[in-house]
Amino acid sequence: MTGNLEVISAGPGISVQDLGRPGHTALGLSTGGAADRRALWEAAALLGQSRPFAALELPLTGARCRVTVPTRIALTGAPMQASRDGKTLIWNASHQLEPGEILDLRPGESGVYGYLSLAGGLLTRETLGARATLAAAGLGTPVQAGMRLPFGADPAPDTPAQRLPLDDRFTGGVLRVIDGPQTALFAPDTRTRAFATPFKAGPASRQGLALLQDGAPFATATAGLLSDFIGPGDVQMTGTGQAVVLLADCQTIGGYPRLGTVIPADLPRAAQARPGTALRLVDITMDAAEIASPPEALWLAPLRARVAPLTRDPRDIPDLLSYQLISGAVRGDEEDA
Amino acid sequence: MTLPELLPLGLDGVLIRFATTYSDAANSAAQHLAAALTGDPIPGQTEVAPGLGSVLLRFDRLTTHRADVLAALKPRLEAPQSAPFAAQHWTVPACFGGAWGADLAAAAALAGRTEEALISELCATDLRVLALGFAPGQPYLGTLPEHWQMPRLPALTPRVEAGTITTALRQIVLFAAPSPTGWRALGRTAFRPFTAAAAEPFLLRPGDSLRFTPESAENIASLIEKGDPLGGALRSIPK
Repeated sequence: MTGNLEVISAGPGISVQDLGRPGHTALGLSTGGAADRRALWEAAALLGQSRPFAALELPLTGARCRVTVPTRIALTGAPMQASRDGKTLIWNASHQLEPGEILDLRPGESGVYGYLSLAGGLLTRETLGARATLAAAGLGTPVQAGMRLPFGADPAPDTPAQRLPLDDRFTGGVLRVIDGPQTALFAPDTRTRAFATPFKAGPASRQGLALLQDGAPFATATAGLLSDFIGPGDVQMTGTGQAVVLLADCQTIGGYPRLGTVIPADLPRAAQARPGTALRLVDITMDAAEIASPPEALWLAPLRARVAPLTRDPRDIPDLLSYQLISGAVRGDEEDA
Repeated sequence: MTLPELLPLGLDGVLIRFATTYSDAANSAAQHLAAALTGDPIPGQTEVAPGLGSVLLRFDRLTTHRADVLAALKPRLEAPQSAPFAAQHWTVPACFGGAWGADLAAAAALAGRTEEALISELCATDLRVLALGFAPGQPYLGTLPEHWQMPRLPALTPRVEAGTITTALRQIVLFAAPSPTGWRALGRTAFRPFTAAAAEPFLLRPGDSLRFTPESAENIASLIEKGDPLGGALRSIPK
């Protein structure tokens, strides 16, 4: 049975995202989709989907919602404080949600983008082959309090809850970079310095993440350069010599020179870098990148292999004392009774 | 035209670059190559896009490898096919100057022409869609004569409306959505190159030609109010 996700309250910037709209570069439309695509594949693994469905993306903000029919949900991406009717829910796991239960999601300690996926997927308006939201172009569904978002029936409602080990991509680290069309336009010493510089994540949006560093800006001698194709992962040097890692909603054509491209396997780490998080750029060869970053469709099988049944850890049960832990125990004096 | 460079753009992309500075020859070569590859794709090709001076080719890493893509591309570049494509011709009503064309006087001064002469020259020119980008469906149009070689504004204009006609660098950008810009605003149309909810969301294709026809600001305002994305534009497909 299809149902509705009722949004009781919602912070700013929440949107419906899927894998986006590939194939429209010639028309100036970027692929877009989830800022952390890996989180959608994790949800697909947890919910037994063959590919990710549209989900709710929450950027450093919270929401409260409920469903009108029972469904399994998956909570992936940046670990949030999640509860169901006040009881803590384990992150990076699937759970059952019954009508009337209040799901409460609040920002956690690390990362930026948390995701709420439903077993049957959100069925909001589809435009140009996808439900991904690109607000500036009027595409998709920016989410606000009071909205009812339709979702598909849970195809396997009796599946027990599952969990995945939490990934380490929410606390910064290394972004591996391959050469791009403009890498050779940078002086060798500029490239060397960029790959030796400790960066901190700066201001960010779904379009890009600024990388801040102590010391001089990066010189670019590329005035008059013809604008050319850009894409997510490109490390762009702005006119002031600041590096920006382009993310899902970046434009299709840009005029700033680019040092190279962060490989898709590491792009979620960039998207999930909260301001101040330490990041480094490391250049790798195309051959090494081919191995390090398999095609996205191959992300699912290894994730599925790591899915395990969600067994409750006693420490996660807040009302432990109310459980009848000694029910049925033998007292030893039964014969007297 | 010398052979273009073949460069990696991400793990699943090849950039076929004809030039790093603008030329009509490179732009035309890119559009013709894109049309040829679209009409007769190489194995594993998933997308082809013509840019200002390059072509982006994306491929499916599950079914092919970069080396195979490059091997299949090379003969296509050495013996380019002439692939005529069904370009559309557009006639788009526009008004110039006033609040919607706040930079017209300065642009005319830079070009060494009167405002009237600059506008009549623009409206007598068949512009070509050099590429679509910056915003979905938004055209870079050109190219205009040498006296249109004017730099971007020193400071960004905080907002121009969708349909605004702007110029810089011998090109015209017709804004598809409200935006800040460093380009000089000359006027406005009711034409909307991209409308997400329309039956035909994208109106323009790379290679299309477009000519502005002068119209009164009152008539443009009433066309904008009507809300039809065509904004009074006429389209024809030359035989």
